[in-house]
Formats: sequence, C-alpha cells, structure tokens
Amino acid sequence: MANNAEQSKTTYLLAVGTKKGLWLGTSTDRADYTFTGPHFLMNEIPSIGIDTRNHNTRILVGVRSEHWGPTVAHSDDLGTTWTEPEHGAITFPPDTGAALERVWQIQPDAEDRPGVVWAGCEPISVWKSTDGGEHFELNRGLWDHPHRTEWGAGYGGAAAHTVLPSPADPNTIHIAMSTGGVYRSTDGGASWEPRNKGIGAGFMPDGEPEFGQCVHKVARDAGNPDVLYAQNHGGVYRSDDNGDTWNSIAEGLPADFGFTMLAHPRRSGTAWVVPIKADSERIPPGGRLAVHRTDDAGASWTRFADGLVEPEFNVVLRDAAAVDTEEPVGVYFGTRGGTVYASADEGATFVPVLSQLPDVLCVRAAAVEL
Amino acid sequence: MAGVRVLVPSLLRPVTGGQEELRLEVDAGGASIAELLDAIGAHYPLFNRRVRDETGTLRRFVNIYLDGDDVRRLDGLKTRVAAGAEVMVMQSVAGG
Repeated sequence: MANNAEQSKTTYLLAVGTKKGLWLGTSTDRADYTFTGPHFLMNEIPSIGIDTRNHNTRILVGVRSEHWGPTVAHSDDLGTTWTEPEHGAITFPPDTGAALERVWQIQPDAEDRPGVVWAGCEPISVWKSTDGGEHFELNRGLWDHPHRTEWGAGYGGAAAHTVLPSPADPNTIHIAMSTGGVYRSTDGGASWEPRNKGIGAGFMPDGEPEFGQCVHKVARDAGNPDVLYAQNHGGVYRSDDNGDTWNSIAEGLPADFGFTMLAHPRRSGTAWVVPIKADSERIPPGGRLAVHRTDDAGASWTRFADGLVEPEFNVVLRDAAAVDTEEPVGVYFGTRGGTVYASADEGATFVPVLSQLPDVLCVRAAAVEL
Repeated sequence: MAGVRVLVPSLLRPVTGGQEELRLEVDAGGASIAELLDAIGAHYPLFNRRVRDETGTLRRFVNIYLDGDDVRRLDGLKTRVAAGAEVMVMQSVAGG
C-alpha cells in the first residue's frame, strides 16, 4: 500500500479519441485534469492503446482521415511528439487485395508479454505486433476463415472491434466482430471457432445462429480468465466456460441494449455497463444516463448516476469507456455529445472533465510514470 | 528529360518536408500518374499512403488534376503525363 506521499506523485493519464481529434489529460486526483489537444485535428481517433509495460509509457492511436485514410501513430512522450511508421504499421499484404479502412482496437497484451500488441480492424481482421505496435502482422487464420463471406457489417462498418488475449494462456484469444459475434482461438491465432451459443441475434430469422451475432463488446473477468461478459446488440451475457456457452445476466438492468462492457482489472465478478433503451430507441433509458455495476458477476446490478448530467440523449459507444488499474479503480466514459466523465471510486460518483467535444469514440486511462 | 510539376496541398506538406511543389523528370514518352506517385513515394512514403491505399487505388476523397482536368474523367491513374504538365493533388469535399 502506497503511503500518501507516494500516492501524491501518481499521475493519471486520460486519453479521449473523438471524431475530430485526440485530447490527452493528466491529473493527480482523477477529477481535475489538464488537457492538451486536439492532437490530429480533423482526424477521427477510433482506437487508443496505453502501454505501460515499459518504463516509458507508449500511447498508440488509430487515426483516420476522411481524405487521407487510416494509420497508426505512437507517442513515447505523452503526446508531445508522434511517430508514424513511413510504410504504415498496419497495411494489408498485396495478395489479400484489401485495404485498411479503420483501426477499431489497439490492445496491449498481458504484463508478461512485453512488446506484444493486438489490433482489430475494418475490414474484419486481427493483427499482432511484437515490437510495441510499430509493425503489425495480419492474422491469416482469421483472414482466411471460411465464414468470412457470411460475416456482415454493422452500422459502423465490418470490423473486428474487440481483441482479448488471455493473461492465463498465450494461445487463447477471444475476438468479437460486428457482425459475426465472438470467435475464439486456442492455438495462438492459427485457427478460430465461433463461440456464440446462447447469444441472441434478434435481427436474424434464426434467433440463435452459430455466428452472425452483433456482439458489441466483450470483457474478461480478471479473477477468472474463463469468465467473460458480453454486451450484445440486445442482451447482456456471461460465459463461465471460456466462451463455450453464454447465459443472460440482463435481469436487473433497465435495458439490455448498449455498446460498452467493462470488467474490473483485479476483482472477480465486478463489471460495468451503460444501458441504452433499445435498438429502436438509442438513448439512455428515459433520457437519464447511468452506469450500472455488478459485484456478483451479473446476478444483480446497482445504478449509479451521481454527477452525470440530465437529461442526456447521447449514447456511449463501445470503446468510449474504460477502467484504469488503480485502487480504487477509476471508471471513465464519454458520450456522442462530447461529454467525458471520470470516477475515482469505481463508478459510485462521476465528475465531468470535458464537455462539448466532437463525438467521443474511444477513452482509455492509466496511471503513468512521468 | 523535362519536368512535371506536382502541386502539394497544404495538409500534405508535413509529409513532403514542407515542399509546396515537387518537380519530377520524365522522359520523352511521359509517365503515368501512378508512376509519378511511385516516384514521389520513393522519397516520401507517407505522401503516397495519404493519396493511395495499399492496393494502389486513389483514395475516394482525394482528387488529382492534370492541367486542370480531373484524372478520374481521363484514364485514372493510368493517365499519361507529358513534360511541362502540372499535376495538382487536392482533397475533395468530405466530412461533417
């Protein structure tokens, strides 16, 4: 346990990717932030990865210009300078005939795998870097998957938007795509199998297909890596068997639609969602934005809205929410209306730290060394 | 050998070392737009990536004009460029 003097030295980084640029904030109390930005003005920032596994924190961002296309850049000095590999960190090999559209996910791997960073992209693809995110290699197992022709596009595009390497087993990786659902590899990414049993697809004639679901976000339980939580396009689920089967944990929530899913970085059974009324009514229920937390793996949920402005008619997108790894855990999210909230007490109370930004697409937070 | 002028939009000057204009030599047979972009890309890879994707396709919201004519209405990136011509790269209308 750090003493007060040590705690006062902790710097908290909050990175906010929007439709028109990136904002970076630092704070000593996770309430009052000093922000810089916009970085990459007029570029969309749909993905951010904060890699704290080395002494120097690396910020990786997916950048996309409507005109000049997508790329990945990184900063090793908290955004003072940025580096973009000249030939691109993520480019499709010529034989694929494909071109990168957007980087949806940048996910540093586990603590004991330094240098390994995963990316999920549009068109639907998964990529792995072993050099800290400077160059990524296309995962051929997924790219050549026989289901590919049957995967669809969600409203935002056809993308692998979630990549979850298992900290317990380097060969196990879960991904989620819209639309296609959850896939799992247990051989380090050489092959992938759909893992959607129990997850609904209300927009399809067969309500529970093997694949084709529009799973919006998946998070892994920190205490038990075989436990996963999923926010579906209608439905909130938990798997206790590494994704083999899923069961509803939506009871107790005001709505089972939403985009986000967060899991506690250490404590088993704790997760957060931000419910949205319905597919056909995409606003917080009653125009009242709230975070719901479970501490018993979805058996019950508690509503938290202290500090959240009412009314609110904007949604929180799938990656526009994050937790840090501090004690107590910080919870952060941003809306499509451009308000960003931070909680230093696991979501019990929030403070707005930014407002009137462009649509918030991605939020990430971490304690960093200066 | 004679030159072709390629005008760089202000938003791309950070990836051409700040240059507003690039001058490329072409032989008597001229060169295609794609060949000009390849030549520029050899020195400024990021310029090339901004203008074309990795399949070599001109990005949707980037326009290239040859002496004032949109190359999409000519022969696309295969359009031949003769010595003395002016090639202008511009962003088109997009975004919100």
